[in-house]
Amino acid sequence: MAEDLPTPSASPPPAANTACGTCVFNNAAQLRALGVDVSGHDHVVALAGNPNTGKSTVFNALTGLRQHVGNWPGKTVTGAEGGFGYRQRHYKLIDLPGTYSLLSDSQDEDVARDFLLFGQPDVTVVVVDATRLQRNLNLVLQILQVTGRVVVALNLVDEAHRHGLALDQRHLARELGVPVVPMTARNRQGLDTLLEAIEQVALGTVATRARRVRHGDDRTEHAVSELAARLRRDHPGLANTRWIALRLLEGDPGIERAVTDGTLDRLSGATPHAVSSETTGT
Amino acid sequence: MASTATTLDRLRRDQTATVTSVNIHGPQRRRLMDLGMLPGTRIHIDRVSPLGDPTAYLVRGSVIALRREQARGIHITVEQE
Amino acid sequence: MTSSSILDHAARLRDGLPEGFRDEVVESLYSDAARITETSVTERHDGTKLTLDRLLDRALTHRVWGFVAMGLLFFGVFWFTISGAAGPSSLLSNVLVDYGHSRLHALVAPLPTPDWVTGLLLDGVYLSTAWVVAVMLPPMAIFFPLFTLLEDFGYLPRVAFNLDRLFAKAGAHGKQSLSMMMGYGCNAAGVTATRIIDSRRERLIAIITNNFSVCNGRWPTLILMGTIFIGALAPPALAGVIAAASVVTVAFLGVLVTLLVSWTLSKTVLRGHSSTYSLELPPYRPPKVWRTLYTSLIDRTLKVLRRAVVMAAPAGAVVWLISNVTIADASIAAHLVGALDPLGWVLGLNGIILLAYLVAIPANEIIIPTILMLTMTLGTNLFDAQQGVMLELGTAQTHTVLTQAGGWTLLTAVNLMLFSLLHNPCSTTILTIWNETKSPKWTTVATLLPIGLGFAVTGLTATVARLAGWA
Ligand SMILES: Nc1nc2c(ncn2[C@@H]2O[C@H](COP(=O)(O)OP(=O)(O)O)[C@@H](O)[C@H]2O)c(=O)[nH]1
Ligand SMILES: [Mg+2]
Repeated sequence: MAEDLPTPSASPPPAANTACGTCVFNNAAQLRALGVDVSGHDHVVALAGNPNTGKSTVFNALTGLRQHVGNWPGKTVTGAEGGFGYRQRHYKLIDLPGTYSLLSDSQDEDVARDFLLFGQPDVTVVVVDATRLQRNLNLVLQILQVTGRVVVALNLVDEAHRHGLALDQRHLARELGVPVVPMTARNRQGLDTLLEAIEQVALGTVATRARRVRHGDDRTEHAVSELAARLRRDHPGLANTRWIALRLLEGDPGIERAVTDGTLDRLSGATPHAVSSETTGT
Repeated sequence: MASTATTLDRLRRDQTATVTSVNIHGPQRRRLMDLGMLPGTRIHIDRVSPLGDPTAYLVRGSVIALRREQARGIHITVEQE
Repeated sequence: MTSSSILDHAARLRDGLPEGFRDEVVESLYSDAARITETSVTERHDGTKLTLDRLLDRALTHRVWGFVAMGLLFFGVFWFTISGAAGPSSLLSNVLVDYGHSRLHALVAPLPTPDWVTGLLLDGVYLSTAWVVAVMLPPMAIFFPLFTLLEDFGYLPRVAFNLDRLFAKAGAHGKQSLSMMMGYGCNAAGVTATRIIDSRRERLIAIITNNFSVCNGRWPTLILMGTIFIGALAPPALAGVIAAASVVTVAFLGVLVTLLVSWTLSKTVLRGHSSTYSLELPPYRPPKVWRTLYTSLIDRTLKVLRRAVVMAAPAGAVVWLISNVTIADASIAAHLVGALDPLGWVLGLNGIILLAYLVAIPANEIIIPTILMLTMTLGTNLFDAQQGVMLELGTAQTHTVLTQAGGWTLLTAVNLMLFSLLHNPCSTTILTIWNETKSPKWTTVATLLPIGLGFAVTGLTATVARLAGWA
């Protein structure tokens, strides 16, 4: 069943790293904070995660901007955009509002959910709170159902140490099937490794193999597969069919709307012109 | 070690309990589950608001404040020493 | 059409699923998360929270000490702001207003510029801008970093936790206290922050009442009134504390009004019960003090100041123009003030104050300079000021100008403080309310309700004070 995984389509074989790829110690030095300049970016990177895990702190560290940071859930309610350059490439970074789940219909979480699902970022960095790993992983697992192009930023490692927690990030990475980068964003620790991981996922030089969760019992599993197959038949090329199928089974109004108003058609690329005539832009 | 079935609003400060079911419906049910309030989750009181309501519970490592009305919908069994 | 049949298909499949399949989805995710966590995290010592955190939380959410601490913290912030800002403000005022203004006049004197140009630019635009900088920069540079430190530390959700019951009783959402606190910085930001509230009914209540959080544009008015009229009543040693107390009292009244209006709305036009919610209390995090000070200074303080300056410059020009363009023997300002005076009297204010509030719809920051400028040109011509020239005065002289040229009494000052709390939101906030609600009806309500209350309250205090012979 793992073949049903909505992981990124087979990425090009790990191309030989560029000459610079080996100078790991010098990575952060190659970061160019570009502030609000997102012109001509090569890749779109989204920052997602539970509220209050340090997303905006990471955003600020990478872009040099000063998105408001505050110690309370709900501080960021609108997404912010910024740019950074790393090695030869330009990235557009999007700081999404915090979300506990992709499954709820809460308004303040719509922005994040819709962007992850329909905005199709090239890389999604999920910033997780190392001191509350279980709850944070709940979201990571959900995001992994939607995209495999994920880097997990295991943030607040300093606090985890203060609380006497020891973390095995390599085990975590194996379990999740995506890179896991321990960091203390507030002190800019781990930024270099994060940048490296973002680049690798963006270029497809690491093969991520996102873990899939079986949903409930066999009957649920069966219904999801059946509906997902139907979705793929009706909308060839559509990504995330299992996830969309699950949401349709649950009767999620947002996803039902996406089915009826043609958003799914647009995403599947089956009838791009029929839809794009109604909407401006791409 | 015996255990008593009750609802979360009846939990006392010095007790620890396990969630047995969440008897709340609508979006709030999902939200509580997203926060880790699931059958089998261990829970205890972190502190009570100075005005008596809400109460903050320690759930899977985070502190979540709930009003009494909601706590009443969460069924638990209290562990007794 | 295929898409609707997919929905049918889903509905058909759903019927065949067990009752609780939705829960199972979350449960299976969580059990996976739990298993992965168990194998990747080991607790080196007993995982109870750090004792310092526990102690702090016990104190800050204690039945008695919780509220004492809350009062002291907020009082401390204001007192620090007021007393700390006094010196730098008068220094800036000396440099920018007194010295800068006369230097500029001296500089342009030899140039062949028409009088109205120097008047408009130097006496209107420059003076009002310089005044706003002198009056706003120091308190904002103290207030914002302090507030940001509290925010970064994790104190705000504790306030929400402590006050929740009151909001529940008022039929408001538990997170309204968070958007309320954001309103102390800027109401437009507070209105945007209401997005954390899911229910439309409760969100509207939070939006309508956000204006009762005294925003930074209004602090200078309160601080000035508190200092020169109320603090001055106390012996000098206590003046600062009394002034701060008067400002905190107005802010506290704002909280009361918020609760009362929320309660009234939820009993009438926005009927309903306070909906349940869950609020996560984050751990205390020792803030990075210097970083926080730096960013809040650069970000919040200068941003707010820039806005104030951008608004003050044209307002200065407008005030200069209406004071200098005469129609039928009197300036436009004089006509307007004359027309507004009766209403002003009823409210225990005066025509000048009301005119200032009209000019200041774009930004509350310029209320005080506008009032002073109009008072000096329209009042008994005591200082022999040029028409429409903004003040070049310190606080002591300000008091003299207002009482002697403007005929102000303690009632005027108190009612100005009340009116500063209770009047229409600034135009930026109104626009934000419109963007967030897209409703002409609720935008209108949010705009007119506070000023209606303002008229009622100041009218009442004025009547009572006059009947009691206090004014
Ligand atoms: N100790 C510590 N605190 C951090 C770290 N990263 C962020 N924070 C703090 O965590 C809080 C939330 O950060 P923020 O970036 O606003 O989180 P967001 O809600 O995910 O955007 C702030 O008080 C930050 O200063 C870190 O690595 N270590
Ligand atoms: Mg943020």
